[in-house]
Amino acid sequence: MGLAKRIIPCLDVTAGRVVKGVQFVELRDAGDPVEIAKRYDDQGADELTFLDITASSDERDIILHIIEEVAAQVFIPLTVGGGVRVVEDVRRLLNAGADKVSINTSAVVNPQLVRDASDRYGNQCIVVAIDAKRVAGPEPKWEVFTHGGRKATGLDAMAWAKQMQAYGAGEILLTSMDRDGAKIGFDLELTRAISDAVEVPVIASGGVGNLQHLVDGVKIGGADAVLAASIFHFGEYTVRQAKEYMAQHGIEMRL
Amino acid sequence: MPDVAVIDYGMGNLHSVAKAIEHVAPKAEVAVTGDPAVIARAGRVVFPGQGAARDCMAEIERRGLREVIVEASRTKPFLGICMGLQVLFDHSEEGDTPCLRLLPGRVLRFPDAAMHDDKGKRLKVPHMGWNNVHRMMEHPMWAGIDDGARFYFVHSYYVEPATPDVVAGVSHYPFAFTCAVARDNLFAVQFHPEKSQAAGLRLLGNFITWEGK
Repeated sequence: MGLAKRIIPCLDVTAGRVVKGVQFVELRDAGDPVEIAKRYDDQGADELTFLDITASSDERDIILHIIEEVAAQVFIPLTVGGGVRVVEDVRRLLNAGADKVSINTSAVVNPQLVRDASDRYGNQCIVVAIDAKRVAGPEPKWEVFTHGGRKATGLDAMAWAKQMQAYGAGEILLTSMDRDGAKIGFDLELTRAISDAVEVPVIASGGVGNLQHLVDGVKIGGADAVLAASIFHFGEYTVRQAKEYMAQHGIEMRL
Repeated sequence: MPDVAVIDYGMGNLHSVAKAIEHVAPKAEVAVTGDPAVIARAGRVVFPGQGAARDCMAEIERRGLREVIVEASRTKPFLGICMGLQVLFDHSEEGDTPCLRLLPGRVLRFPDAAMHDDKGKRLKVPHMGWNNVHRMMEHPMWAGIDDGARFYFVHSYYVEPATPDVVAGVSHYPFAFTCAVARDNLFAVQFHPEKSQAAGLRLLGNFITWEGK
């Protein structure tokens, strides 16, 4: 009994469709976002995350309509990220029905945005997304990347996570770029390092290929929540199967 | 005259509350409003809220809503959610903020020293996610909801009522804390029924039919 670990299906959305890439490229169509959101809600998803991966800003408003439609039918927490640049973007997403807003590139470009958004709307709704890539060397070390993984920042992921917590991030969405789409499991060392470094919840992301990977993310990585896309989108597993598997392995789940 | 007024004082995502109520009560007229006159005429009132206690109280005062909130909390079915629970009490540790003093007690931050489980593993703050809610009294608002049902929480502060008789529900993180209170026509919860799927929708449905006593 107590707080359950969370499973969060992630929907990458562009031009009104859910897609899934491998290491941030090679997009494959996975379906209609509203239908997929309803399906995962029926299967017992604990939250849903939408990442707007639209490249051009003139298509940006499509996600607002999708969120409005989902929020009218699905009554679990919704996180939305992608293209959030100013506090006004946060406000518009919250008004459309998002419960949390995820900030990635803009947090690096303008860390004050995290502070301002958190001061205005509370840290419970500000998620900072960190895309991290392992740096070769004797010590375990990861570098933060932005712009959908295309741009190196020189920032150390652990120090950055701590700084973002200090700026008002209420949660960290941690993606291993090395593992994203590779289906070989989370980078557990990275997950553990960040989870131990901050006191806010950490969502592990990037690399899930089977249900044991989810268990490992929580038990070995110390994640408070696990995020996955491909294993759910393409019908390999249902969210419910994943939750039952985790519960069978001694993890507190909402079943 | 709206059936339900959701009080808008500029703090947080009120539309999800309104949408959830519309979902369980499609015939009800639901108004998201900061107009004291509309709130005063509504059949029942939902008092949500997110963000920091000091900002919430400041906005309530700035918009001249204190009086109508106090009046509604005494006269009609009244549902507080999250910050709308916390500011009902005397005082919040968050920003050292005097609150509405409708219920005796205070609002405290989850203390760092206590935040570990029985295996010594550190527990994160905010308390974020789905936790069990154990009822401490029979109440029409709990109708059709299992004792121990999970609801969605996200908060770093919790209420500590001075009078145990108002405690309607508790959760554990890692100690027992009050997550629901009830007195007369007032019911208030720390968790988010509008984001708690079937159990949450049932609670909101119960509110729509509750007579307030």
